[in-house]
Amino acid sequence: MKRLLKGGRVVDPSNGIDGVRDVLIDGDRIAAVGRDLPVNGATVVEIPAGFVVCPGFIDMHVHLREPGQEHKETVATGTAAAVAGGFTAVACMPNTSPVNDNANVTAYILARAAEANLARVYPIGAVSRGSKGELLADIAELKDAGCVAITDDGHPVATALLLRRALEYAGMFGMPVIDHCEDPSLKGDAVAHEGYQAAALGLPGMPGACEALGVERGTLLAELTGSHFHVAHMSARASLRTVRKGKEAGVRVTCEVAPHHFTLTDEALASPIPYDTNTKMNPPLREAADRDAMLSGIADGSIDAIATDHAPHHYDEKNVEFDRAPFGIVGLETAVPLALDRLVHAGLIRLPRLVELLSVNPARILRVPGGTLVPGAPADVTILAPDLTVRVEAAALRSRSKNTPFDGWELRGGVAATIVGGRTLFVNAVVEGLKEL
Amino acid sequence: MSAPAETQQRRTDETPAMTALRSKDLLGIAELTTGEIALILDTAEAMKEVGERPIKKVPALRGKTVVNLFFEPSTRTRTSFEIAEKRLSADTLNIAVATSSVVKGETLADTALNLEAMRPDMIVLRHSSSGACHLLSRICRSAIINAGDGMHEHPTQALLDAFTIREHKKRLAGLKVAIIGDLLHSRVLRSNIHLLTKMGSDVWVCGPPTLIPADIGRFGVRATSAVDEAVTDADVIMLLRIQLERMEGAYFPSLREYFNVFGMTEARLRRAKPDVMIMHPGPMNRGVEIASEVADGPYSVILEQVANGVAVRMAVLYLLAGGAEHEAAA
Repeated sequence: MKRLLKGGRVVDPSNGIDGVRDVLIDGDRIAAVGRDLPVNGATVVEIPAGFVVCPGFIDMHVHLREPGQEHKETVATGTAAAVAGGFTAVACMPNTSPVNDNANVTAYILARAAEANLARVYPIGAVSRGSKGELLADIAELKDAGCVAITDDGHPVATALLLRRALEYAGMFGMPVIDHCEDPSLKGDAVAHEGYQAAALGLPGMPGACEALGVERGTLLAELTGSHFHVAHMSARASLRTVRKGKEAGVRVTCEVAPHHFTLTDEALASPIPYDTNTKMNPPLREAADRDAMLSGIADGSIDAIATDHAPHHYDEKNVEFDRAPFGIVGLETAVPLALDRLVHAGLIRLPRLVELLSVNPARILRVPGGTLVPGAPADVTILAPDLTVRVEAAALRSRSKNTPFDGWELRGGVAATIVGGRTLFVNAVVEGLKEL
Repeated sequence: MSAPAETQQRRTDETPAMTALRSKDLLGIAELTTGEIALILDTAEAMKEVGERPIKKVPALRGKTVVNLFFEPSTRTRTSFEIAEKRLSADTLNIAVATSSVVKGETLADTALNLEAMRPDMIVLRHSSSGACHLLSRICRSAIINAGDGMHEHPTQALLDAFTIREHKKRLAGLKVAIIGDLLHSRVLRSNIHLLTKMGSDVWVCGPPTLIPADIGRFGVRATSAVDEAVTDADVIMLLRIQLERMEGAYFPSLREYFNVFGMTEARLRRAKPDVMIMHPGPMNRGVEIASEVADGPYSVILEQVANGVAVRMAVLYLLAGGAEHEAAA
């Protein structure tokens, strides 16, 4: 079955395309991209004026919580949230119960993903057995079972020695090591960014240096080993400085930033709802200078990817004292509107750069298919309605958990449709003109 | 009783007169206006008079139920609230953590909702988590009174401190107040900073750099680790408790060294104004943050603070119960 997406603005930086083109999808593959492609019996879908057709977005940092914490999220609900948020693929973190440190857990996650048959799922394995920071997990086995990277996310890799070994060993398979960068002794019992807001609210804080020490450690070890080190959910300006210096020196270091870290500051802890546990995440919301640094890194290219750190938690778990609440917020269904509103409409970046951050670079970092509309590539396509007014409603999220600080926000720009392997898995109900998709 | 009429007629020099608090709760000093602070302090003056009568009881809170919900051990604050409630004729109930269902794993929200189901009018909450009172305030209809939440605020302590200062100095504006001790972990500090800066005092805070909160300058105070500088020409010196376990966090090397560098001694006191007041929210570590000669000396108002605590808490309870309006309805 062939379908011809006609007349949309195609933004495909991997092929240097930004302009009105037709996209021909044949089965599960991209067949052609060009001007005024012949119909040749394909079903024609007229893309409304102003809509943008791009390679499918890939969220390289998601917690799907399955196995073990299905009350927060499942592979099925998480991938439903993903496609509704414009993501054709997600990479899921290994801090499940049990930890994804062996092929059985990886196979289980992939089986659940196949059943759900929604967004593609790329499991990320553990660096160490049980993520306990002692012995390496069976990394070759994880790789064979389908893992695309390793991390002990939730915690930093326990020691510099273990991180060095992981980089060396995973380097053999061309897998990046992703680290939750943090110096545990500087973190202590902190639940917020160390600064005025935490001081005023009486919350123990962790400084940006706590994260930057981990970034520095990983960058030095990437230089030592020649392997690829990836910084998860970067938030501190000192971390960005380290990444920039590493890149200038030719070190294989990449980094991602989460939408909440380029949107919010620690002022959200105090207002509009004081001690809102949906403003508690790790790394924490930082001060304006850090948020602004993340924006500058997005604009100048030193930040490689936008990843949500989608961290669903049940209402009961968040409806407690601030210091007792778990860290994290959901992000899959708010990332694209936040990025369009705060980055593109704010004039910070243009759409091709956004597609790099959300599609091209995540695919390159994880070495997975996608990130391109080149003929022969999987027909993973995200269609944006950049001027759509989106009102975030926590209760309406597809994710099983509703822990978002963006409830009630109005944002400019949203997802019109999501196509995975040629199958249309999401069409935004408020968008006109895509019914035939 | 005659307190409300007096209160309404009174005007302090700092602020326009107010007759009621805007919020149903007292979560912190941060949320109060200068007018509300003055109202509470003025009301406390009338309440103090009640405590000096032979029959120390007025019917202002008759028929009101007040729950003292204490998740942290406290002798002074809980007793002070309880006496205040009883002097106002409220029905009071004390729940301490050891006897509550929290040990069975109930959440704070569930505990509060269960109490709410029994229709108390006010909940006085002491909790080790900053923001616990805000959580209760969002889910409870009862008035929530913060009796100390984590490292956040202890508003009635700051109010009783201000009341005590005002009794002696007749004003708060323009006074140099030096607060010395563990600033980082102190809710008393945060409430006092909010209150004193709002009322126009010149607030200095002093402690080792390890125990000074981040960005302290944004609180509108002067911070120093030079205790002599903090004390010089001070009208009020307030010492904060040094918790013995802080040594383990490497905040300072030893209690002896802390006392040598920061302890309030008679010698250090000489740099202050001749009529300086020495204050401490308690409990004191004698020979750590304060020398016994200073604690027991002529400048100390530490026991007056405790006495005034009852009057100030009576004022808060009375005003949150609706003040004169409530009395008229009853």
